[in-house]
Amino acid sequence: MSVSNMVQAINDALRIAMRSDQRVVVLGEDVGKVGGVFRVTAGLQEEFGEERVIDTPLSENGIVGGAIGMALYGILPVVEIQFADFIWPAYDQIVNELAKYRYRSGGEYSAKIVIRTPVGGGIRGGHYHSQHPEAAFIGVPGLKVVIPSNPYDAKGLLLASIRDPDPVIFLEPKRIYRAAKGEVPEGDYLVPLESANVVRPGRHVTVLAYGAMLYEALDAANKASEKGVDAEVIDLRTLWPLDINTVLESVKRTGRLVVVHEAPRTNGFGAELVTLITERCFFNLEAPPVRVTGFDTPFPYTLEMEYLPLSHRILPAILSVARS
Amino acid sequence: MSSAQSRRPGEGPPDAVVSVLRDDGTLDPAHDPGLSDEDVRTLYRALVQTRQLDERFVQLQRQGRIGFHVGSLGEEAAILGSAWAMRKNDWLFPCYREFGAALMRGLPLQTLCDNMFGNANDTVKGRQMPCHYTCRAVGWASISSPVGTQITHAVGTAWAAKIRREDSASLVYFGDGATSSSDFHSGLNFAGVFRLPVVFLCRNNGWAISVPVERQSATRTFAEKAVAYGIPGVRVDGNDLFAVVSVTQKALERGIRGEGPTLIEAITYRMGGHSTSDDPNRYRETEAVEAWAGRDPIERVRRYLETRGAWSDAEQARLTADIDQRFRDAVAIAEKTPLPALETMFEDVYAKVPWHLAEQRAELVAGPRPGVSHG
Repeated sequence: MSVSNMVQAINDALRIAMRSDQRVVVLGEDVGKVGGVFRVTAGLQEEFGEERVIDTPLSENGIVGGAIGMALYGILPVVEIQFADFIWPAYDQIVNELAKYRYRSGGEYSAKIVIRTPVGGGIRGGHYHSQHPEAAFIGVPGLKVVIPSNPYDAKGLLLASIRDPDPVIFLEPKRIYRAAKGEVPEGDYLVPLESANVVRPGRHVTVLAYGAMLYEALDAANKASEKGVDAEVIDLRTLWPLDINTVLESVKRTGRLVVVHEAPRTNGFGAELVTLITERCFFNLEAPPVRVTGFDTPFPYTLEMEYLPLSHRILPAILSVARS
Repeated sequence: MSSAQSRRPGEGPPDAVVSVLRDDGTLDPAHDPGLSDEDVRTLYRALVQTRQLDERFVQLQRQGRIGFHVGSLGEEAAILGSAWAMRKNDWLFPCYREFGAALMRGLPLQTLCDNMFGNANDTVKGRQMPCHYTCRAVGWASISSPVGTQITHAVGTAWAAKIRREDSASLVYFGDGATSSSDFHSGLNFAGVFRLPVVFLCRNNGWAISVPVERQSATRTFAEKAVAYGIPGVRVDGNDLFAVVSVTQKALERGIRGEGPTLIEAITYRMGGHSTSDDPNRYRETEAVEAWAGRDPIERVRRYLETRGAWSDAEQARLTADIDQRFRDAVAIAEKTPLPALETMFEDVYAKVPWHLAEQRAELVAGPRPGVSHG
């Protein structure tokens, strides 16, 4: 057991996956020689060679399309898309090919790949290094969408994602790549997909969060407790398929719900979460659910801390939902 | 980039079109692929079968018995000749016009017909339109309708084979329209950079639905696009079975030797509409079609065989009767096979059915039925 950050933990997971399974290859822009622009794949090419850790041309649809072909053949590609903001050239491949390959071939084929990509703002990245596009993947039948919030989960969830039979979009909250530190076991272990984590048990209100915003939700919850409101904070970890039971159990108990995410509000994952929960426990609710999210604008540069749903915006939401 | 590199494995000036089968029924020895009479007879039977089934499927669609067909009228030699050159351990990535090649590689006619009807025995369980079958057993990838997306997949399988040091190449079919897609660019670029054994087979059939080739590209040829990727490009008479076999064999051999991919432009003509949903009379003159009718790829092979005394009218009659019989038998079975069970809609989305799909499956099964069938 040693203290790692997210970058080290993900690197560790990739190394373990590549050592334990010869089928695993890593490909993407700058992942080889330089070890990725965030250094997540550092040292992998030295250990596994240029044929398994591949610097590709700068073409996201080429990377994902090529990885799909590799997967058909029996290779297990772990793709890095350098920033989620740059994933859109590959969206056709992801939506029309990757997500449907098993279904449309009646199960004769499957295209098992993992796409890792850094998401989120708060790093002075402007429009094109800050977006958090989970909703565009959650709504695609056939994909699983995973996002860790700490090094332990990052390692265990990535190993679970690589070993899961379905294609996984693995979102990495880059604002906490190095800020989130924690104990990480050295060996091989899994954090099961589709399992949310009750990070802070509480009685009065349920707060659903994930990725970098989990820490904002926890900070707000701690401040709320000073005002006598005991908030339960759940880290969803796998966004889709959702661990619905953990979420419903909590909301039925507290009767109050706050959902936090960085992405724009309209058609964001919060809309789906609130609907799913309301459909199932409307009569348990004591107050209207509230979403604390990014605004429906492109992600701004100078005013990014105003845009993000940080603790200062989550706290009043928790208090008002708890007291209404 | 030397022009010589852009011309291999075809030879001659950049615009030159490789052809083998002469009008007098003899073969140009420079590119003769060395097919035996029995090979040619096998290929000829497959060509005739493809054309005949195309006609039958169009009839079924016009009768309202199947929803759709996308045919290969006039392009049969380009499709079957290239498939013939590939080996059992190679991968083929279809566009959607290539059922004739799939049958030749071993796709059962019954499986194809089950797909045309989308019934319970359809290997893709009625989830896709007709002509979107799958056959892993013959190295035939899954078919999607978006244009060009399969090009990068073909690169991926060849890439995987190279990583594993296994002897497997891939051939990917696409049309002239697909050369405008980003996947064409990415696919040829990646295959060039990593020197992968991929045969890019562009059927230049003159049309992308209603848009002529002049509106796809300002280049004089499609083959010359290869220059931009540092790979050879070759033009071939796509209505010349022998020439198509020859250039594909050479491209495959090149790939196997580790010399990388080849772009083949097979010049042919789409004699029918884009699909059964299209009426080409709305956008093209019949004169252009008639000009190509004299270059029919199947007639040319038949003349070759007849010149050599290797085919007879009696054999032709037996062949067409046999194809019709097998078609009727397969359709009879396919048509009376029930539709896929409701529950199958929810299978194969994920390896295991997750909670939300289980919930929706229960909703569908319990819920009211629509009272109308599709199509």
